[in-house]
Amino acid sequence: MSGVLPRAVVIGASAGALQALSQILPELPADFPVPVLIVVHVPADRRNMLAPLFQAKCRMLVREAEDKEPAMAGTIYFAPPGYHLLVEADGSLSLSSDEEVLYSRPSVDVLFESAADAYGPNVVGIVLTGANPDGAQGLRAICESGGTAIVENPADAYAGTMPEEALKACPKAHVLALGEIAAHLLRVCPA
Amino acid sequence: MSDIIEDIEIRLLLEALYQRFHYDFRDYAQASIRRRLRQARDQLGFANFSALQEHLLHDDDMLPRLLGYLTVQVSEMFRDPSFFRTIREKVVPHLRTYPSLKLWVAGCSAGEELYSYVILFREEGLEDRTLFYATDISEEALAAASRGIYSLDRIRTFTENHRASGGKSSLSDYYTSAYGNAVFDKSLRDRVVFSDHSLVTDAVFGEMQFVSCRNVMIYFNRELQDRAIGLFNDSLMRNGFLGLGSKENLRFSRHADAFTDFVREEKIYQRREQ
Repeated sequence: MSGVLPRAVVIGASAGALQALSQILPELPADFPVPVLIVVHVPADRRNMLAPLFQAKCRMLVREAEDKEPAMAGTIYFAPPGYHLLVEADGSLSLSSDEEVLYSRPSVDVLFESAADAYGPNVVGIVLTGANPDGAQGLRAICESGGTAIVENPADAYAGTMPEEALKACPKAHVLALGEIAAHLLRVCPA
Repeated sequence: MSDIIEDIEIRLLLEALYQRFHYDFRDYAQASIRRRLRQARDQLGFANFSALQEHLLHDDDMLPRLLGYLTVQVSEMFRDPSFFRTIREKVVPHLRTYPSLKLWVAGCSAGEELYSYVILFREEGLEDRTLFYATDISEEALAAASRGIYSLDRIRTFTENHRASGGKSSLSDYYTSAYGNAVFDKSLRDRVVFSDHSLVTDAVFGEMQFVSCRNVMIYFNRELQDRAIGLFNDSLMRNGFLGLGSKENLRFSRHADAFTDFVREEKIYQRREQ
Protein backbone atom coordinates (compact mmCIF):
# COMPACT_ATOMS: atom_id res chain seq x y z
CA MET A 1 0.00 0.00 0.00
CA SER A 2 1.51 3.28 -1.04
CA GLY A 3 -0.17 5.21 1.73
CA VAL A 4 -3.41 5.68 -0.21
CA LEU A 5 -6.48 4.49 1.66
CA PRO A 6 -9.13 2.68 -0.35
CA ARG A 7 -12.52 4.34 -0.88
CA ALA A 8 -14.28 1.12 -1.84
CA VAL A 9 -13.93 -2.64 -2.15
CA VAL A 10 -15.35 -4.32 -5.26
CA ILE A 11 -15.88 -8.07 -5.48
CA GLY A 12 -16.83 -10.38 -8.33
CA ALA A 13 -17.85 -14.02 -8.00
CA SER A 14 -19.78 -16.63 -9.96
CA ALA A 15 -20.04 -20.39 -9.48
CA GLY A 16 -19.49 -21.11 -5.79
CA ALA A 17 -20.05 -17.47 -4.86
CA LEU A 18 -22.30 -18.02 -1.86
CA GLN A 19 -19.86 -20.26 0.01
CA ALA A 20 -16.94 -18.00 -0.86
CA LEU A 21 -18.66 -14.77 0.22
CA SER A 22 -19.86 -16.50 3.40
CA GLN A 23 -16.22 -16.83 4.42
CA ILE A 24 -15.50 -13.14 3.87
CA LEU A 25 -18.45 -10.84 4.46
CA PRO A 26 -19.47 -11.96 8.00
CA GLU A 27 -15.90 -11.19 9.15
CA LEU A 28 -16.22 -7.50 8.33
CA PRO A 29 -17.25 -5.21 11.20
CA ALA A 30 -20.37 -3.02 11.17
CA ASP A 31 -18.16 0.07 10.90
CA PHE A 32 -16.06 -1.17 7.99
CA PRO A 33 -14.81 2.18 6.66
CA VAL A 34 -15.75 1.87 2.98
CA PRO A 35 -18.61 0.50 0.85
CA VAL A 36 -18.35 -3.03 -0.55
CA LEU A 37 -19.82 -3.46 -4.03
CA ILE A 38 -20.47 -6.97 -5.27
CA VAL A 39 -21.40 -8.60 -8.56
CA VAL A 40 -22.54 -12.21 -8.37
CA HIS A 41 -23.81 -13.92 -11.49
CA VAL A 42 -27.38 -14.97 -10.83
CA PRO A 43 -30.16 -15.53 -13.35
CA ALA A 44 -32.20 -12.38 -13.94
CA ASP A 45 -35.53 -14.07 -13.32
CA ARG A 46 -34.68 -14.99 -9.77
CA ARG A 47 -35.84 -12.56 -7.11
CA ASN A 48 -32.64 -11.48 -5.50
CA MET A 49 -32.16 -13.42 -2.30
CA LEU A 50 -28.57 -12.37 -1.84
CA ALA A 51 -29.15 -9.26 0.24
CA PRO A 52 -31.54 -10.83 2.80
CA LEU A 53 -29.43 -13.97 2.92
CA PHE A 54 -26.26 -12.09 3.77
CA GLN A 55 -27.94 -9.53 5.99
CA ALA A 56 -28.79 -12.44 8.30
CA LYS A 57 -25.09 -13.34 8.59
CA CYS A 58 -23.33 -9.99 8.39
CA ARG A 59 -22.64 -7.10 10.72
CA MET A 60 -22.44 -4.58 7.89
CA LEU A 61 -25.69 -3.37 6.30
CA VAL A 62 -26.51 -5.40 3.21
CA ARG A 63 -28.74 -4.24 0.40
CA GLU A 64 -29.41 -4.45 -3.30
CA ALA A 65 -27.97 -1.38 -5.04
CA GLU A 66 -30.42 1.28 -6.22
CA ASP A 67 -29.90 3.62 -9.10
CA LYS A 68 -28.31 6.99 -8.16
CA GLU A 69 -27.83 6.24 -4.47
CA PRO A 70 -24.53 7.26 -2.89
CA ALA A 71 -22.35 4.29 -1.87
CA MET A 72 -22.01 4.50 1.91
CA ALA A 73 -19.31 3.21 4.24
CA GLY A 74 -20.37 0.22 6.32
CA THR A 75 -22.69 -1.05 3.60
CA ILE A 76 -22.53 -4.02 1.24
CA TYR A 77 -24.30 -3.51 -2.11
CA PHE A 78 -25.22 -6.35 -4.43
CA ALA A 79 -25.89 -5.68 -8.12
CA PRO A 80 -29.55 -6.45 -8.88
CA PRO A 81 -30.08 -9.46 -11.16
CA GLY A 82 -30.45 -8.34 -14.78
CA TYR A 83 -28.63 -5.02 -14.32
CA HIS A 84 -25.03 -3.92 -14.54
CA LEU A 85 -23.81 -1.98 -11.50
CA LEU A 86 -21.48 0.97 -12.09
CA VAL A 87 -19.83 3.61 -9.91
CA GLU A 88 -19.95 7.27 -10.92
CA ALA A 89 -17.11 9.71 -10.31
CA ASP A 90 -19.00 11.28 -7.38
CA GLY A 91 -19.25 7.89 -5.64
CA SER A 92 -22.92 7.33 -6.45
CA LEU A 93 -24.11 4.07 -7.94
CA SER A 94 -25.83 3.66 -11.26
CA LEU A 95 -27.47 0.72 -12.99
CA SER A 96 -27.65 -0.14 -16.66
CA SER A 97 -29.48 -2.70 -18.74
CA ASP A 98 -26.94 -2.60 -21.55
CA GLU A 99 -26.16 -5.83 -23.31
CA GLU A 100 -24.60 -8.72 -21.46
CA VAL A 101 -20.82 -8.82 -21.25
CA LEU A 102 -19.42 -12.35 -21.56
CA TYR A 103 -23.01 -13.62 -21.23
CA SER A 104 -23.35 -11.87 -17.90
CA ARG A 105 -25.51 -9.04 -16.62
CA PRO A 106 -24.52 -7.96 -14.06
CA SER A 107 -20.92 -8.14 -15.22
CA VAL A 108 -17.86 -8.01 -12.99
CA ASP A 109 -15.86 -6.27 -15.73
CA VAL A 110 -18.40 -3.45 -15.97
CA LEU A 111 -18.35 -2.82 -12.21
CA PHE A 112 -14.56 -3.05 -11.94
CA GLU A 113 -13.83 -0.82 -14.93
CA SER A 114 -16.16 1.88 -13.64
CA ALA A 115 -14.60 1.55 -10.17
CA ALA A 116 -11.14 1.97 -11.68
CA ASP A 117 -12.36 5.17 -13.38
CA ALA A 118 -14.12 6.52 -10.30
CA TYR A 119 -11.60 5.64 -7.59
CA GLY A 120 -8.28 5.32 -9.43
CA PRO A 121 -5.70 3.85 -7.04
CA ASN A 122 -8.12 4.02 -4.10
CA VAL A 123 -9.97 0.80 -4.73
CA VAL A 124 -9.53 -2.85 -3.83
CA GLY A 125 -10.74 -5.36 -6.43
CA ILE A 126 -11.27 -9.00 -5.53
CA VAL A 127 -11.95 -11.83 -7.98
CA LEU A 128 -13.31 -15.00 -6.41
CA THR A 129 -14.43 -18.39 -7.68
CA GLY A 130 -16.18 -18.71 -11.05
CA ALA A 131 -16.20 -20.69 -14.26
CA ASN A 132 -15.80 -17.90 -16.83
CA PRO A 133 -13.38 -15.09 -17.65
CA ASP A 134 -15.58 -12.21 -16.40
CA GLY A 135 -13.60 -9.97 -14.08
CA ALA A 136 -10.20 -10.35 -15.78
CA GLN A 137 -10.43 -7.18 -17.86
CA GLY A 138 -11.89 -5.28 -14.95
CA LEU A 139 -9.14 -6.36 -12.58
CA ARG A 140 -6.60 -5.35 -15.20
CA ALA A 141 -8.16 -1.87 -15.27
CA ILE A 142 -7.90 -1.66 -11.48
CA CYS A 143 -4.24 -2.77 -11.60
CA GLU A 144 -3.44 -0.27 -14.34
CA SER A 145 -4.85 2.64 -12.39
CA GLY A 146 -2.84 1.66 -9.33
CA GLY A 147 -5.54 -0.03 -7.25
CA THR A 148 -5.09 -3.12 -5.10
CA ALA A 149 -5.91 -6.45 -6.73
CA ILE A 150 -6.69 -9.65 -4.87
CA VAL A 151 -7.45 -13.02 -6.43
CA GLU A 152 -8.68 -16.12 -4.67
CA ASN A 153 -6.11 -18.89 -4.97
CA PRO A 154 -7.33 -20.73 -8.09
CA ALA A 155 -6.05 -24.03 -6.74
CA ASP A 156 -8.47 -23.84 -3.80
CA ALA A 157 -11.37 -22.18 -5.60
CA TYR A 158 -14.65 -24.01 -6.19
CA ALA A 159 -14.28 -23.01 -9.87
CA GLY A 160 -10.80 -21.93 -10.90
CA THR A 161 -11.34 -20.26 -14.29
CA MET A 162 -12.33 -16.82 -13.09
CA PRO A 163 -9.37 -16.41 -10.69
CA GLU A 164 -6.96 -17.94 -13.25
CA GLU A 165 -8.04 -15.53 -15.96
CA ALA A 166 -7.86 -12.63 -13.54
CA LEU A 167 -4.30 -13.56 -12.62
CA LYS A 168 -3.28 -13.76 -16.25
CA ALA A 169 -4.67 -10.25 -16.80
CA CYS A 170 -3.20 -8.88 -13.60
CA PRO A 171 -0.13 -10.96 -12.64
CA LYS A 172 0.85 -8.75 -9.71
CA ALA A 173 -2.43 -9.39 -7.86
CA HIS A 174 -2.17 -10.80 -4.34
CA VAL A 175 -3.16 -14.47 -4.36
CA LEU A 176 -4.92 -15.34 -1.12
CA ALA A 177 -6.81 -18.27 0.30
CA LEU A 178 -10.48 -17.52 0.98
CA GLY A 179 -9.84 -17.62 4.73
CA GLU A 180 -7.16 -14.87 4.47
CA ILE A 181 -9.13 -12.30 2.49
CA ALA A 182 -11.17 -10.68 5.28
CA ALA A 183 -8.08 -10.19 7.47
CA HIS A 184 -6.25 -8.67 4.51
CA LEU A 185 -9.15 -6.26 3.89
CA LEU A 186 -9.11 -5.16 7.50
CA ARG A 187 -5.40 -4.37 7.17
CA VAL A 188 -5.73 -2.32 3.97
CA CYS A 189 -8.98 -0.62 5.07
CA PRO A 190 -8.26 0.32 8.72
CA ALA A 191 -11.23 1.70 10.65
CA MET B 1 -8.99 8.36 -11.64
CA SER B 2 -10.17 8.19 -15.16
CA ASP B 3 -7.72 9.91 -17.38
CA ILE B 4 -8.13 13.70 -17.23
CA ILE B 5 -7.52 14.07 -20.95
CA GLU B 6 -10.08 11.40 -21.70
CA ASP B 7 -12.61 13.25 -19.53
CA ILE B 8 -11.99 16.47 -21.46
CA GLU B 9 -12.28 14.68 -24.79
CA ILE B 10 -15.55 13.02 -23.80
CA ARG B 11 -17.04 16.34 -22.69
CA LEU B 12 -15.98 17.98 -25.95
CA LEU B 13 -17.30 15.11 -28.04
CA LEU B 14 -20.71 15.23 -26.36
CA GLU B 15 -20.75 19.01 -26.76
CA ALA B 16 -19.93 18.64 -30.48
CA LEU B 17 -22.68 16.05 -30.86
CA TYR B 18 -25.13 18.48 -29.28
CA GLN B 19 -24.05 21.67 -31.05
CA ARG B 20 -23.81 20.09 -34.47
CA PHE B 21 -26.66 17.54 -34.38
CA HIS B 22 -28.80 18.39 -31.33
CA TYR B 23 -28.41 14.99 -29.76
CA ASP B 24 -27.95 15.81 -26.10
CA PHE B 25 -26.14 13.21 -24.02
CA ARG B 26 -24.43 15.79 -21.81
CA ASP B 27 -26.53 14.95 -18.74
CA TYR B 28 -26.44 11.21 -19.12
CA ALA B 29 -24.97 9.18 -16.27
CA GLN B 30 -21.28 9.23 -17.11
CA ALA B 31 -20.13 5.70 -16.30
CA SER B 32 -22.30 3.96 -18.91
CA ILE B 33 -21.74 6.66 -21.52
CA ARG B 34 -17.98 6.37 -21.08
CA ARG B 35 -18.17 2.61 -21.51
CA ARG B 36 -20.22 2.92 -24.69
CA LEU B 37 -17.97 5.62 -26.11
CA ARG B 38 -14.88 3.51 -25.47
CA GLN B 39 -16.55 0.66 -27.32
CA ALA B 40 -17.35 2.98 -30.21
CA ARG B 41 -13.80 4.40 -30.27
CA ASP B 42 -12.20 0.94 -30.29
CA GLN B 43 -14.56 -0.71 -32.73
CA LEU B 44 -14.62 2.22 -35.14
CA GLY B 45 -10.83 2.14 -35.03
CA PHE B 46 -9.92 5.50 -33.51
CA ALA B 47 -6.90 6.06 -31.27
CA ASN B 48 -8.75 8.61 -29.14
CA PHE B 49 -11.96 10.58 -28.83
CA SER B 50 -10.52 13.66 -30.49
CA ALA B 51 -9.96 11.67 -33.67
CA LEU B 52 -13.50 10.36 -33.42
CA GLN B 53 -14.78 13.90 -32.94
CA GLU B 54 -12.99 15.14 -36.03
CA HIS B 55 -14.74 12.49 -38.11
CA LEU B 56 -18.05 13.19 -36.43
CA LEU B 57 -17.86 16.83 -37.50
CA HIS B 58 -16.52 16.30 -40.99
CA ASP B 59 -17.72 12.91 -42.17
CA ASP B 60 -21.43 12.40 -42.86
CA ASP B 61 -21.33 8.69 -42.15
CA MET B 62 -20.11 9.00 -38.63
CA LEU B 63 -23.21 10.27 -36.82
CA PRO B 64 -25.41 7.19 -37.35
CA ARG B 65 -22.51 4.91 -36.51
CA LEU B 66 -21.78 6.71 -33.26
CA LEU B 67 -25.48 6.90 -32.35
CA GLY B 68 -25.67 3.16 -32.88
CA TYR B 69 -23.35 2.79 -29.90
CA LEU B 70 -24.86 5.52 -27.76
CA THR B 71 -28.48 4.53 -28.12
CA VAL B 72 -28.16 0.76 -28.01
CA GLN B 73 -30.63 -0.58 -25.55
CA VAL B 74 -31.49 -4.11 -24.81
CA SER B 75 -34.93 -5.19 -23.75
CA GLU B 76 -37.10 -8.27 -23.92
CA MET B 77 -40.74 -8.74 -24.68
CA PHE B 78 -42.71 -8.81 -21.45
CA ARG B 79 -39.53 -8.08 -19.53
CA ASP B 80 -40.28 -8.54 -15.81
CA PRO B 81 -43.41 -10.64 -16.43
CA SER B 82 -44.89 -9.73 -13.04
CA PHE B 83 -45.01 -6.09 -14.20
CA PHE B 84 -47.14 -7.04 -17.21
CA ARG B 85 -49.24 -9.40 -15.11
CA THR B 86 -49.98 -6.48 -12.80
CA ILE B 87 -50.94 -4.30 -15.79
CA ARG B 88 -53.36 -7.00 -16.87
CA GLU B 89 -54.87 -7.58 -13.47
CA LYS B 90 -54.82 -4.15 -11.85
CA VAL B 91 -54.44 -1.45 -14.53
CA VAL B 92 -56.54 -2.86 -17.39
CA PRO B 93 -59.77 -2.75 -15.33
CA HIS B 94 -59.23 1.03 -14.95
CA LEU B 95 -58.37 1.46 -18.63
CA ARG B 96 -61.56 -0.35 -19.65
CA THR B 97 -63.57 2.56 -18.26
CA TYR B 98 -62.22 4.93 -20.96
CA PRO B 99 -63.81 5.03 -24.42
CA SER B 100 -60.46 5.80 -26.03
CA LEU B 101 -56.91 5.36 -24.81
CA LYS B 102 -53.46 6.73 -25.53
CA LEU B 103 -50.37 4.85 -24.44
CA TRP B 104 -46.87 6.26 -24.83
CA VAL B 105 -43.79 4.04 -24.84
CA ALA B 106 -41.03 6.60 -24.27
CA GLY B 107 -37.62 5.38 -25.40
CA CYS B 108 -39.05 2.42 -27.31
CA SER B 109 -35.68 1.28 -28.64
CA ALA B 110 -36.13 -1.75 -30.94
CA GLY B 111 -39.78 -2.14 -29.94
CA GLU B 112 -39.84 -5.18 -27.64
CA GLU B 113 -41.75 -3.27 -24.98
CA LEU B 114 -44.14 -1.72 -27.50
CA TYR B 115 -45.18 -5.09 -28.95
CA SER B 116 -45.66 -6.41 -25.42
CA TYR B 117 -48.26 -3.71 -24.78
CA VAL B 118 -49.99 -4.12 -28.14
CA ILE B 119 -50.28 -7.88 -27.65
CA LEU B 120 -51.49 -7.44 -24.09
CA PHE B 121 -54.05 -4.84 -25.15
CA ARG B 122 -55.24 -7.09 -27.98
CA GLU B 123 -55.64 -9.99 -25.58
CA GLU B 124 -57.57 -7.78 -23.20
CA GLY B 125 -59.81 -6.35 -25.93
CA LEU B 126 -58.44 -2.81 -25.66
CA GLU B 127 -56.34 -2.58 -28.80
CA ASP B 128 -59.11 -1.20 -31.03
CA ARG B 129 -59.69 1.84 -28.86
CA THR B 130 -56.00 2.57 -28.20
CA LEU B 131 -53.44 4.71 -29.97
CA PHE B 132 -49.89 3.63 -29.20
CA TYR B 133 -47.12 6.22 -29.42
CA ALA B 134 -43.63 4.76 -29.68
CA THR B 135 -40.85 7.32 -29.47
CA ASP B 136 -37.09 7.27 -29.45
CA ILE B 137 -34.24 9.60 -30.34
CA SER B 138 -32.65 7.04 -32.64
CA GLU B 139 -33.91 6.68 -36.21
CA GLU B 140 -32.33 3.27 -36.38
CA ALA B 141 -34.16 2.14 -33.27
CA LEU B 142 -37.45 3.45 -34.65
CA ALA B 143 -36.81 1.66 -37.94
CA ALA B 144 -36.09 -1.58 -36.07
CA ALA B 145 -39.19 -1.13 -33.95
CA SER B 146 -41.37 -0.60 -37.02
CA ARG B 147 -39.91 -3.73 -38.66
CA GLY B 148 -40.72 -5.89 -35.64
CA ILE B 149 -38.19 -8.57 -36.54
CA TYR B 150 -36.29 -10.35 -33.78
CA SER B 151 -33.78 -13.14 -33.84
CA LEU B 152 -35.40 -16.51 -33.18
CA ASP B 153 -32.92 -17.28 -30.45
CA ARG B 154 -34.53 -14.55 -28.34
CA ILE B 155 -38.02 -15.91 -28.83
CA ARG B 156 -37.77 -18.55 -26.13
CA THR B 157 -37.28 -15.90 -23.47
CA PHE B 158 -40.05 -13.76 -24.98
CA THR B 159 -42.40 -16.76 -24.98
CA GLU B 160 -41.64 -17.69 -21.38
CA ASN B 161 -42.10 -14.07 -20.31
CA HIS B 162 -45.39 -13.79 -22.20
CA ARG B 163 -46.72 -16.93 -20.52
CA ALA B 164 -45.55 -15.78 -17.09
CA SER B 165 -47.26 -12.42 -17.65
CA GLY B 166 -50.62 -14.19 -17.96
CA GLY B 167 -50.68 -14.30 -21.77
CA LYS B 168 -54.01 -15.54 -23.09
CA SER B 169 -52.69 -17.09 -26.28
CA SER B 170 -49.46 -18.45 -27.68
CA LEU B 171 -46.85 -15.84 -28.60
CA SER B 172 -46.38 -17.79 -31.85
CA ASP B 173 -49.84 -16.56 -32.90
CA TYR B 174 -48.27 -13.14 -33.43
CA TYR B 175 -45.25 -13.92 -35.58
CA THR B 176 -44.06 -16.04 -38.48
CA SER B 177 -40.60 -17.57 -38.64
CA ALA B 178 -38.31 -16.86 -41.53
CA TYR B 179 -34.56 -17.33 -41.97
CA GLY B 180 -33.77 -17.52 -38.27
CA ASN B 181 -35.99 -14.57 -37.45
CA ALA B 182 -39.42 -14.05 -35.96
CA VAL B 183 -41.38 -11.51 -38.00
CA PHE B 184 -44.15 -9.97 -35.93
CA ASP B 185 -47.51 -9.47 -37.62
CA LYS B 186 -47.88 -6.07 -39.19
CA SER B 187 -51.44 -5.78 -37.88
CA LEU B 188 -49.78 -5.21 -34.49
CA ARG B 189 -48.62 -1.86 -35.86
CA ASP B 190 -51.99 -0.73 -37.21
CA ARG B 191 -52.56 1.55 -34.26
CA VAL B 192 -48.96 2.55 -33.58
CA VAL B 193 -47.46 5.96 -34.29
CA PHE B 194 -43.66 5.88 -34.42
CA SER B 195 -42.04 9.21 -33.76
CA ASP B 196 -38.74 10.84 -33.13
CA HIS B 197 -38.84 12.40 -29.66
CA SER B 198 -36.21 13.31 -27.08
CA LEU B 199 -36.93 13.31 -23.38
CA VAL B 200 -33.97 15.66 -23.04
CA THR B 201 -34.99 18.44 -25.40
CA ASP B 202 -38.57 17.89 -26.64
CA ALA B 203 -41.93 18.80 -25.13
CA VAL B 204 -45.22 17.16 -24.28
CA PHE B 205 -47.28 16.02 -27.27
CA GLY B 206 -50.58 14.65 -26.03
CA GLU B 207 -52.70 13.61 -23.13
CA MET B 208 -52.03 10.02 -22.18
CA GLN B 209 -53.71 7.43 -20.00
CA PHE B 210 -50.49 5.44 -19.72
CA VAL B 211 -46.82 6.31 -20.06
CA SER B 212 -44.24 3.55 -20.02
CA CYS B 213 -40.59 4.47 -19.70
CA ARG B 214 -38.65 1.51 -18.43
CA ASN B 215 -34.89 1.31 -18.03
CA VAL B 216 -34.35 4.57 -19.85
CA MET B 217 -33.95 6.97 -16.96
CA ILE B 218 -31.25 4.89 -15.30
CA TYR B 219 -29.03 6.36 -18.02
CA PHE B 220 -29.84 9.92 -16.96
CA ASN B 221 -28.40 11.99 -14.15
CA ARG B 222 -30.73 13.37 -11.47
CA GLU B 223 -31.52 16.65 -13.26
CA LEU B 224 -32.38 14.91 -16.48
CA GLN B 225 -34.50 12.35 -14.62
CA ASP B 226 -36.42 15.27 -13.15
CA ARG B 227 -36.99 16.75 -16.58
CA ALA B 228 -38.29 13.47 -17.98
CA ILE B 229 -40.60 12.84 -15.04
CA GLY B 230 -41.90 16.41 -15.36
CA LEU B 231 -42.72 15.65 -18.99
CA PHE B 232 -44.59 12.50 -18.00
CA ASN B 233 -46.46 14.40 -15.34
CA ASP B 234 -47.54 17.01 -17.90
CA SER B 235 -48.45 14.32 -20.45
CA LEU B 236 -50.64 12.22 -18.21
CA MET B 237 -54.27 12.91 -17.55
CA ARG B 238 -55.41 12.87 -13.93
CA ASN B 239 -55.28 9.31 -12.61
CA GLY B 240 -53.15 8.30 -15.58
CA PHE B 241 -50.53 5.59 -15.05
CA LEU B 242 -46.75 5.70 -15.24
CA GLY B 243 -44.74 2.47 -15.48
CA LEU B 244 -41.00 2.53 -14.72
CA GLY B 245 -38.27 -0.12 -14.73
CA SER B 246 -38.01 -2.40 -11.73
CA LYS B 247 -34.96 -0.55 -10.37
CA GLU B 248 -36.24 2.96 -11.04
CA ASN B 249 -38.39 5.03 -8.73
CA LEU B 250 -39.75 8.49 -8.14
CA ARG B 251 -38.57 8.72 -4.57
CA PHE B 252 -35.74 11.15 -5.27
CA SER B 253 -37.62 13.15 -7.88
CA ARG B 254 -38.78 16.74 -7.62
CA HIS B 255 -42.14 15.51 -8.93
CA ALA B 256 -42.58 12.68 -6.43
CA ASP B 257 -45.61 14.40 -4.88
CA ALA B 258 -47.46 14.48 -8.18
CA PHE B 259 -47.78 10.69 -8.15
CA THR B 260 -49.03 7.98 -5.83
CA ASP B 261 -47.78 4.40 -5.71
CA PHE B 262 -50.33 2.29 -7.56
CA VAL B 263 -48.43 -0.99 -7.22
CA ARG B 264 -45.23 -0.11 -5.46
CA GLU B 265 -43.22 -3.28 -6.01
CA GLU B 266 -43.88 -3.13 -9.76
CA LYS B 267 -43.03 0.59 -10.03
CA ILE B 268 -46.46 1.48 -11.36
CA TYR B 269 -47.49 4.99 -10.35
CA GLN B 270 -50.68 6.95 -10.77
CA ARG B 271 -50.90 10.67 -11.34
CA ARG B 272 -52.69 12.41 -8.49
CA GLU B 273 -56.08 14.07 -8.90
CA GLN B 274 -54.69 17.35 -7.49
